[in-house]
Amino acid sequence: MSTKTEPTETEPGKTVPGEPLTSGPVRVRKRGQRHWLASAGLHLGLAVAAVIAVFPPLWLLVTSFKPKTDAFSTSLVTHPTLANYTHVLADTQFLTWFGNSVVIVGLTTVLGVFIAATTGYAVSRFRFPGMRPLMWLLLLTQMFPVAVLIVPLYNLMATLGLLNQPAGLVITYLTIAVPFCAWMMKGFFDTIPVDIDEAGRVDGLNPFGIFWRLVLPLARPGLAVTGFYTFVTAWAEVAYASAFMTGEENLTLAGGLQTFVNQYTNDWGSMTAAAVIIAVPAALVFAFAQRHLVSGLTAGTTKG
Amino acid sequence: MTVAVRPRPRLRLRARRAVGTHWYAWTMVAPVVLVIGVIIGFPLVRGLYLSLTDANEANVQRDIGVNHIPATYKFTGLDNYKAVLSDGVFWDRLGWTVAWTVACVAVTFLLGLTLANMLNRKLRGRTFYRLALILPWAIPAFISVFTWRMLYNEKNGILNQLLAGGGIDAIPWLNDPTWAKLSVIAVNVWLGVPFMLVTLLGGLQSIPGELYEAAEMDGAGAWQRFRHITVPGLRAVSSTVILLSTIWTFNMFPVIFLLTRGGPGDATEILVTYAYRLSFVDSPRNFSESATWGVLILVLLSAVAAVYRRALRKQGEVW
Repeated sequence: MSTKTEPTETEPGKTVPGEPLTSGPVRVRKRGQRHWLASAGLHLGLAVAAVIAVFPPLWLLVTSFKPKTDAFSTSLVTHPTLANYTHVLADTQFLTWFGNSVVIVGLTTVLGVFIAATTGYAVSRFRFPGMRPLMWLLLLTQMFPVAVLIVPLYNLMATLGLLNQPAGLVITYLTIAVPFCAWMMKGFFDTIPVDIDEAGRVDGLNPFGIFWRLVLPLARPGLAVTGFYTFVTAWAEVAYASAFMTGEENLTLAGGLQTFVNQYTNDWGSMTAAAVIIAVPAALVFAFAQRHLVSGLTAGTTKG
Repeated sequence: MTVAVRPRPRLRLRARRAVGTHWYAWTMVAPVVLVIGVIIGFPLVRGLYLSLTDANEANVQRDIGVNHIPATYKFTGLDNYKAVLSDGVFWDRLGWTVAWTVACVAVTFLLGLTLANMLNRKLRGRTFYRLALILPWAIPAFISVFTWRMLYNEKNGILNQLLAGGGIDAIPWLNDPTWAKLSVIAVNVWLGVPFMLVTLLGGLQSIPGELYEAAEMDGAGAWQRFRHITVPGLRAVSSTVILLSTIWTFNMFPVIFLLTRGGPGDATEILVTYAYRLSFVDSPRNFSESATWGVLILVLLSAVAAVYRRALRKQGEVW
């Protein structure tokens, strides 16, 4: 926020007017310094924001270790127990839902990253007829409201026999995640020098060989980011999952979790334990991808 | 150009050459075009068609046991649109949806920008702060929303218990129309800040440090540096994220649906959740009206995107 220019900073230039070259390094070193009040304000602001960001998930974690009857007490855990976890894992269909989600999300991520990469590469490297409309189409798909698609899509899935089938959800999730990922991958490929492609061509590789053997390995950070994005999108999707999958054994995690707390039951204890187990894989994938996240998203959103 | 002399062979030649030079590019984009065409193109056309009929639960084709009942709904032209647009409900919902979108995007963007600026400097514990601030993104949204529902719980939620500790009466976070609106916006901002933060942080890091040094050399203050270096430097990133998050927020189904189900009453019902309610929650399910709402949402968003793009063009952005 406010890094006020300290009065001392202007002094080197004033006191040594004839030596602009030597005053340079002095300034650079001083630039990083802050008044201690500014530093304190900075830390205070960030700390408050960090607490707000971390508190809800942390509270979820804390609550999951409380006995069912204490789910809403404000105290920290007084009688730590794993009862919620054992109940969720042993007495409910949770593991089935978890398996369903893993299959669906895994397929979506692998296919989605691959398709987004080929599209991004084609759009980044080649000027071909239909390229601009395609870019627009990718942006437009972000605007299609779930509501306008969900009924016809439901009918379509029913006709194709894909209701209650993982494949139905995988295809649907691809349309949600791939357009944005393709834009991001394009930004990534734009940062990889075309010379590499040229070199590959000289060595006799066809375009697919160049893409697969030379460019793709260089775009690994981009793949990590798109993979993360696809994973999170699919792992957290609710509307299609609730509409397309019915019957306890077909639900994904998003649908299954809703069975714990709804108008008929109020099992917050099980809900928190299940939520923690669901959040862990997402957090792991995130930890893996976060190093690349900053550079990745920027490349994707500026080089459009 | 000598096209005018012998146009025909040239055309054919060009077509053949186009296939020759572009076939691999087309092959590479084919999966996307195919998937999008089938999964979005078909339902979209069908949705458009449904919005021009009077289809509902009672007259679409369905199977009851072994009996197959064919569809009996009929084409009604623009009747649905007339009915929806002359009905106050649509305009009510539109007003709240716009307010919700503007509030969410503005607050999220400003918070993200502030935090990104705070993080983009030498600072002890920077990595810790960054990880903490991005955490809401790492957790699936529906989990976070459930957690917030727990925190908001009127009788037993921790927010009200903390307030009670301070001697303040319980606040009906999700049960009073006004509070419910503020609560859903707060949750959406909480969910949305990490994305803004990360993209804007990346944008800040791509601004060369020399610019700031030079400006400081010339005596520019902190605010001037921000106004004349940071803001223009972030324009490309921020224009994209603002457009994207406007579209996403406008259609933000899960937050509202899972937090309040659109309630109390229909106070927090945005256009998307209302359209969903028409075809999946209400009885009898009204497919045609739901489709009409959906088409109207699409038209609105396309208009916003077009206007926004034109505004950017005027500022000289190539996008």
